[in-house]
Amino acid sequence: MTAPAAETWLKVRPEGLYCVPGDFFIDPLRAVPRAVITHAHADHARPGHGAVLATAETLALMRARLGAAAAGASQQAAALGEPLTLGGVRVWLAPAGHVLGSAQVAMEYRGRRVAVSGDYKRAADPTCAGFEPVRCDVFVTEATFALPVFRHPRAGGEIARLLASLALFPGRSHLIGCYALGKCQRVIALLRQAGWQRPIYLHGALMALCRLYEAFGVPLGDLRPLAGAAKADLAGAIVLAPPSAQADRWSGRLADPVTALASGWMQVRARARARGVELPLVISDHADWDALNATIDETGAEEVWVTHGAEEALVHAASRRGLRARALRLIGYGEEGGEADGAADGEAP
Amino acid sequence: MKPFAALLERLAFTQARGAKLALLQRYFAATPDPDRGFGLAALTGGLRLATARPAQIRALIATRTDPELFALAYDYVGDLAETVALMWPDGDPGAGPPGLAEVIGALERASRPEVPARLAAWLDCCDASERLALLKLITGGLRVGVSARLAKVALAGLGAGRVSVEEIEEVWHALAPPYGALFAWLEGRGERPDPAGAPSFRPPMLAHPLEAEDLARLDVAAYRAEWKWDGVRVQLAAGPGGRALFSRGAEDMSAAFPDIVAAMGFAAVLDGELLVVREGMVAPFADLQQRLNRKAPSARLLASHPAGVHLYDMLFEGEEDLRALPFAARRARLETWFARVRPARMTLSPLLTAADRATLTALRDGAREAGIEGLMLKRADSPYLAGRPRGLWWKWKRAPLSIDAVLLYAQHGHGKRGGLYSDYTFGLWREDGVLVPVGKAYSGFTDAELLILDRWIRAHTIARFGPVREVEKALVLEVAFDAAQRSARHKSGVALRFPRISRIRADKPAAEADRLATLLGLIGHADD
Repeated sequence: MTAPAAETWLKVRPEGLYCVPGDFFIDPLRAVPRAVITHAHADHARPGHGAVLATAETLALMRARLGAAAAGASQQAAALGEPLTLGGVRVWLAPAGHVLGSAQVAMEYRGRRVAVSGDYKRAADPTCAGFEPVRCDVFVTEATFALPVFRHPRAGGEIARLLASLALFPGRSHLIGCYALGKCQRVIALLRQAGWQRPIYLHGALMALCRLYEAFGVPLGDLRPLAGAAKADLAGAIVLAPPSAQADRWSGRLADPVTALASGWMQVRARARARGVELPLVISDHADWDALNATIDETGAEEVWVTHGAEEALVHAASRRGLRARALRLIGYGEEGGEADGAADGEAP
Repeated sequence: MKPFAALLERLAFTQARGAKLALLQRYFAATPDPDRGFGLAALTGGLRLATARPAQIRALIATRTDPELFALAYDYVGDLAETVALMWPDGDPGAGPPGLAEVIGALERASRPEVPARLAAWLDCCDASERLALLKLITGGLRVGVSARLAKVALAGLGAGRVSVEEIEEVWHALAPPYGALFAWLEGRGERPDPAGAPSFRPPMLAHPLEAEDLARLDVAAYRAEWKWDGVRVQLAAGPGGRALFSRGAEDMSAAFPDIVAAMGFAAVLDGELLVVREGMVAPFADLQQRLNRKAPSARLLASHPAGVHLYDMLFEGEEDLRALPFAARRARLETWFARVRPARMTLSPLLTAADRATLTALRDGAREAGIEGLMLKRADSPYLAGRPRGLWWKWKRAPLSIDAVLLYAQHGHGKRGGLYSDYTFGLWREDGVLVPVGKAYSGFTDAELLILDRWIRAHTIARFGPVREVEKALVLEVAFDAAQRSARHKSGVALRFPRISRIRADKPAAEADRLATLLGLIGHADD
């Protein structure tokens, strides 16, 4: 007996990707009765669902960001790699390496296996569990940075550029724009790894999530609120803020700041210039072009579905390797919180 | 290559002058000879290298990447060198990049057909940042916002007060890359290099824009008025040691203007305006632009676009330095000298008579001719001082004109604005209710406005013609420009001088944009 093709039981609906026999959506774009959530960024974890299945970390982050009432009427935590059965579908979560708690969703139905990557990266990240490839028949992949110009440099090298700038301009504050969930904590952890033990000052929007990371066992060192900091202490200090807050009035209190932005989009100069950034740092929480292609091959999938980003290039590259590849054209990811077009929106993790 | 690439990368994103100086100084202080001297030459345009054409670069990348992926990537990035730098496969990580001196030495000796093979070998040893620096060097477009003047200020800083920037400029044109003698002098290890009669650049005196409050305080009788010509400020330096035509920024433009250099059979340093002049009439700036675009003009271009200079000041007559004399005395010396020497292609910029503020204002407001941008006011007793001293010289441009036009087409910018729709064609309503294109603008907006326009264009595209998007006729842009000139080359019959986007008029319906007839009424009275 041949296994039923994946598209007969996993479908694109207006609400998002729907598993028919399991009766649940993955990262639905609007409120649904049953949702499996890959990670807590706002474009993937939307408010108002009925039952929500996710990792314990993702559920905690959702409660912190959306409020307990909007983070799902009922929440069920699943440990990574621990399978459960929903309407005849074996479902389990595997680490995605994107942010704390991020997971891929693996599904097996009548002998056919599909893995949905969610957002993911392959580069090492001290703040979350590393990506593990899932052998599967169909791999549903993100494609945020799916152009061959996106080949992210080592994050450690970007941090070294930041520290070199601090040495050259010791009197200037270095204001780093970074998304509140994930990028902020990773930049802090990378700075600590590089030996920067001085206090790091945070915009108010970032502190709560840093404390939550620490509660899950990710130490971040001496963090201080920017509000109330003396101007003299901010000279030569590292200050983190959400990208949209860079032009806020309070940034005028900083000492002649060097404005930096930590984002994969910073790889393209016109995008960095359009953001008015003086020190673009190419630090991304997504897979780059090489990693996207290598991961597709590692899963052993013979079929690739591309969800959101630059689908055209990835579909072309996968097809050239003899894989069946198609774009799902899910509209709505990357509009907020995701790393969609960093030049066009206010947030770019 | 690595320190130079790192410098370019930082400079590309640094706006503040002080920060640029700090970056340059650190580079000059930390980089050994001869690399730093070649870096200086690359930044100040002092290199004559075998370069590669875009077509050669495209052919090269086609040997390493899938053409369809390259097309998608190039469309996104918008800059050829940057796309290639980012896509080029990583080579041998152990090899390490070539030194800047090695690259420049090889390119100075290479012929153009040899460049691609050398380039490919170097790219294989570089990381993305070094690849970009290399490609920018070889395609001849560093564009990091460093003027020769700024580099010299940084060099003066290296000398820790021993040498001023003016002293550097006076010896500059006697020096050649990699500037070993210059660095030795700056660091106190060597003598001042001897310019030995070579024509050298003297830092020019610049004017402040005249604002309303300055005009109210102006003692009109103490000033002399001239037209502000719509050309390029130049310095003509000639003597027994040679001849050179310099731009305001000390760039040697001699090769591009052999017609002017041929007419410089004298011994003097003169200040004037470079223009295209036909039978005594100053041509619109667009004509001069065609000459400026050519490093080596053809005989045909020299005949069709003859260059001339309107002279307005004299810094040296022979060996005699006139710069300490008052303007009125220098002007008298210039007039006497001019009457005697009568150099071809040159005329004296006339002094204008304006006894009071009202006459002056009328002169400036009436200045709508093709070659004139407004007035210059110079204190009769002002010595010739380097830089921009306050209160001695004023420039008083005529007020810009503006129209409300409808956005018709948009195109990707290249280089700095690659990947974003930053090049706008706009139009006005003709009597028969048709929108006709009247011009293109690619400046004037802020970075934030650029993002708004880019997003609007993507959301309102109705057709695509290659890189050009046609948009819904729904967005009104306020376009400022310096003058309108009749033109047979434009469908609308009118050409705008220096159009730029001054405002996005999201509040205004397209139907209420201006009529073509309104613009035709603004054409300079010289044509009437």
